[in-house]
Amino acid sequence: MAECHPVGFQWVMAARARGATVIHIDPRFTRTSAVADLHVPLRAGSDIVLLGALINHVLTSGKYFREYVVNYTNAATIISEDFRDTEDLDGVFSGFVPEERSYDPASWTYEGVEVQAASGERDKGYDDRTGGSDAGSGSSSAVQSAARGEAHGSGGAHVGTPKTDPTLEHPRCVFQILKRHYARYTAETVEQACGIPRATFGRVCEQITANSGRDRTTAWVYSVGWTQHTVGVQYIRGASILQTLLGNIGRPGGGILALRGHASIQGSTDIPTLFDLLPGYIPMPHAHTNEDLDAFIAAEGTDKGFWANMRAYTVSLLKAWWGGVATEMNDFCFDYLPRLTGSHSTYETVMAQLAGDCKGYFLLGENPAVGSANGKLQRLGMAKLDWLVVRDFSLIESATFWKDGPEIDSGELRTEDIGTEVFFMPAAAHTEKNGSFTNTQRMLQWHHAAVEPAGDARSELWFTYHLGRKIRDKLAHSTDPMDRPVIDLTWNYPVEGPHAEPDAEAVLAEINGWNADGKPLPAYTELKGDGSTACGCWIYCGVYAEGVNQADRRKPGSQQNWLGPEWGWAWPANRRILYNRASACPDGKPWSERKALVWWDAEQGQWTGHDVPDFVPDKEPGYQPPQDATGPAALAGTDPFIMQSDGKAWLYAPAGLLDGPLPAHYEPQDSPLPNLLYAQQRNPARQVTAFVHPDNRYQPSNGSPGSQVFPYVATTYRLTEHHTAGGMSRWLPYLSELQPEFFCEVSPELAAERGLDHLGWATIITARNAVEARVLVTRRIPPLTVQGRRLYQVGLPYHWGWAGYSTGDSANDLIEISLDPNVHIQESKAFACDIRPGRRPTGAARPALVREYQERAGITKQTGTEP
Amino acid sequence: MTAIDVQITTGPDGMDSYPGQRPQMGFFTDTSVCIGCKACEVACKEWNHVPEDGLALTGMSYDNSVGLGADTWRHVAFIEQQRPVSVADGDAADGASSASGDSGLRWLMSSDVCKHCTHAACLDVCPTGALMRTEFGTVVVQSDICNGCGYCIPACPYGVIDQRKEDGRAWKCTLCYDRLGAGMEPACAKACPTDSIQFGPLDELRERGAARVDQLHEAGETSARLYGNDPDDGVGGDGAFFLLLDEPEVYGLPPDPVVTTRDLPSMWRHAGAAAVTLAAMAVTSFATETLARRLGGGGGR
Repeated sequence: MAECHPVGFQWVMAARARGATVIHIDPRFTRTSAVADLHVPLRAGSDIVLLGALINHVLTSGKYFREYVVNYTNAATIISEDFRDTEDLDGVFSGFVPEERSYDPASWTYEGVEVQAASGERDKGYDDRTGGSDAGSGSSSAVQSAARGEAHGSGGAHVGTPKTDPTLEHPRCVFQILKRHYARYTAETVEQACGIPRATFGRVCEQITANSGRDRTTAWVYSVGWTQHTVGVQYIRGASILQTLLGNIGRPGGGILALRGHASIQGSTDIPTLFDLLPGYIPMPHAHTNEDLDAFIAAEGTDKGFWANMRAYTVSLLKAWWGGVATEMNDFCFDYLPRLTGSHSTYETVMAQLAGDCKGYFLLGENPAVGSANGKLQRLGMAKLDWLVVRDFSLIESATFWKDGPEIDSGELRTEDIGTEVFFMPAAAHTEKNGSFTNTQRMLQWHHAAVEPAGDARSELWFTYHLGRKIRDKLAHSTDPMDRPVIDLTWNYPVEGPHAEPDAEAVLAEINGWNADGKPLPAYTELKGDGSTACGCWIYCGVYAEGVNQADRRKPGSQQNWLGPEWGWAWPANRRILYNRASACPDGKPWSERKALVWWDAEQGQWTGHDVPDFVPDKEPGYQPPQDATGPAALAGTDPFIMQSDGKAWLYAPAGLLDGPLPAHYEPQDSPLPNLLYAQQRNPARQVTAFVHPDNRYQPSNGSPGSQVFPYVATTYRLTEHHTAGGMSRWLPYLSELQPEFFCEVSPELAAERGLDHLGWATIITARNAVEARVLVTRRIPPLTVQGRRLYQVGLPYHWGWAGYSTGDSANDLIEISLDPNVHIQESKAFACDIRPGRRPTGAARPALVREYQERAGITKQTGTEP
Repeated sequence: MTAIDVQITTGPDGMDSYPGQRPQMGFFTDTSVCIGCKACEVACKEWNHVPEDGLALTGMSYDNSVGLGADTWRHVAFIEQQRPVSVADGDAADGASSASGDSGLRWLMSSDVCKHCTHAACLDVCPTGALMRTEFGTVVVQSDICNGCGYCIPACPYGVIDQRKEDGRAWKCTLCYDRLGAGMEPACAKACPTDSIQFGPLDELRERGAARVDQLHEAGETSARLYGNDPDDGVGGDGAFFLLLDEPEVYGLPPDPVVTTRDLPSMWRHAGAAAVTLAAMAVTSFATETLARRLGGGGGR
């Protein structure tokens, strides 16, 4: 965190000054480790073993927060008889269909409850629930690859009223399943799989349990070191289980905090740049044959909790986009929304480019030629486009690969053969435009333009608005019904200044929404499903309450309470800690004075406290819902997790995930080691088959023939001095001089084994590519003892490319495309490689070296693709 | 900028000194909370238009700025240390970590800067008056006066001030004289996310530094010590002092810096005395010779 988020890290330092213990878990000793109380180095890609063992320790030592667990989680819920755990099936859960490489999650459900499948099988459920009779509801493989796990990004799938055993003794209750599932995750497996000595593991156990409970809370902070794996989502689920067992969710000082790759990544999922989501985590409709608004709501919504109001959120969104044209008569223009026909994630888009299906590409502040997994495949894909628009500060590699990329040097591409027309549009910096950032804590902070952008540089808002305006002008006289969604869009933002810059606050006002009189809405609870309200993103409703830009508030912390509610604005409803009903006992009193956040005021008959209560304000703690209740009223006064249809934190996920209801350890796609936990080596539901390509070969793993060709574990990361793929830093002298070139970090032991010299050159090779880097020999990448052998890791900062002021090879060129099935993220944080002294060959000899390695390792197109 | 309202006093040896009428302002750099982000280096360069200092991977951990110079006015040192750890009861078979999980690995980071000495030798030797003592007690080179003679460079006991090859003039940290005049803190302190760099009246900072050392000692960090805080040290106390976690030499700092002009007065006195003695000897010798001649004969001839 100190390394990549130094500004935010000041609060960790402030907490440490007040006595907090900081533990840093990372393969390398970083700037964070330097100021932490304990650094825990581990093998990249083994974190679920560690998390599982911590869960096991908490369960077996009885140190879980029992009152919290019994009342606020689904620990007591009884699971279907049909469920089989990885314990029963040696590493696979029940429902796995090998030919489809996916799970049918029907057996994972709560006993006696209809549960909406989250995967491709959802389509069957869709027909059942909406009365559709058309059995052929689209290609199941297309639909199941289309991110159904994301559909309930913050929701929780449909469940009825589950059976429970509050004694937690029922053999099929979640608590007992959890105990059995994690029994094999022990201090010994941590030592053997992660390379963490038992004493170190013991110290982590001691610290997190001693610092959790009524009077204390522990926070976990993670970044892409956890997410960028073929089991990325399950890493986070592991932390969720641990934190929920310890009672660290919904309470001050607790939580699981995602540090994102750069500013406003949280914002870009809230109002998404993701193909499968609409604003506010409303799922993007699929191309069902018979879908209308009612069917969509019936299929995707829940009948309990706040997702039961999905119609109000969806209709208000449609009203924000199509205004007066959207009426009850035309289903509020629901048919104007595009439909998913399959997965259109970044990496599938690259494959579509290679196949010639994707003809055009916009890159807005993104440099896939350097920043995405398998940079070569990215460049080959872009070389097949008809047109490419690059908006960035400088001529980044993605804008120039056609004339100076590595494949031009190697002869694999020839400039004269590339038909891609590249449009470069200089971009304005954040200091040159108005707008908001939404960062990890869901807080919107407004920023003001300090100067006008220089030359032709313009903001994204300017570009998008004026591009839309010009397209609409061209379509103005079209009679093609296909053009109606564009023609009917509300696209009338006021512009200002010499460049006709759209007024960013006008966009914010639309996102906030208004009622039929055009008055700004105060909160999402005011949204209606009858077309009388419009709102561009329901969770942001209230950010422009009373016509005031609430995100622009800057009251100093010293002049308000410790939560700082008048600094910026946090969604939803300016709530600073989500699910904060859990900060109080079931009877509504705080768990302790020290950790008081919100509580039930019996005299006033409402919830009150330091934060905005995340609960129906007047729902008393003793409230029990009537049998026929729906929506929020269907949740009890002791159900804090109001977005879940059962109001509970899910230790076990009966639906919503594509690769299992509980995290299980699987080895990375390319790993030199066998899976110590199960016979199943890799996540069986990971996505690889769609990415089989001569330039995306997978490597043998698990001691199988050829795996010794790639004996080292490698991981990629960032340095404080540079920013992601370098577009914002490698062109700047003041940053470039601080880290002037690409280097790899190796231990003295690995340097000795391979004859690498400090500051000399090394070539790092995988089945995809070979890159060269200067060598830093350092004890900060310690060797580990894993499964009885010495394991060396290679550290690779991934900022560099061939262009700019500071240049170097790209670490991402080494990485294969293999994806987590839930969110389609690549596995860039753990892979296997070889390293040898000296510079890599140039020209055609570079791919020849990679081919030589492939041959030595016996790699074919089947290698590594088995489930 | 208003006229300098400080009276520059003269020290006991006639050398430049401080205090003036305003409190002396300075830096306290607490290296125990430095996270090595180098925001200070970049903020300094941005504000003061300090040029880029060359692209060179040094291999000195994450330090590619190497040291203070004409084009680097803040410099973050990175020191990787492997310290012996007590291997108590087992579980440290490979010696990689102790029973407590401590690997013995330590990564020290420290942001260095001009010390703005209370007795500043650079200022003493400057023949043009380009180096001056400001109303804040800081030491600043006026680039429009500096003639590039370079006398200040060997005079600095810390090796801070440096000549820029491109223009021949001497450059160093100004403690953001222009920002101070406008009531702002220096750019580096403003940018520092963890408050490792603190700006303020030196008296206050010294108290804060002493309290921080006590706090660290209580927490078991017994190696914490202040550097440059003592008004009785060889430079009369640094205007920029540090909390270090190891010996100053580890950070590339001289252990016992002395203002290089300290001995100049006595040197001049001695030189003067020697001159007088020489002159006297010459006179004596002449007189003796004359006398001898007068007394008859050519002496020894």
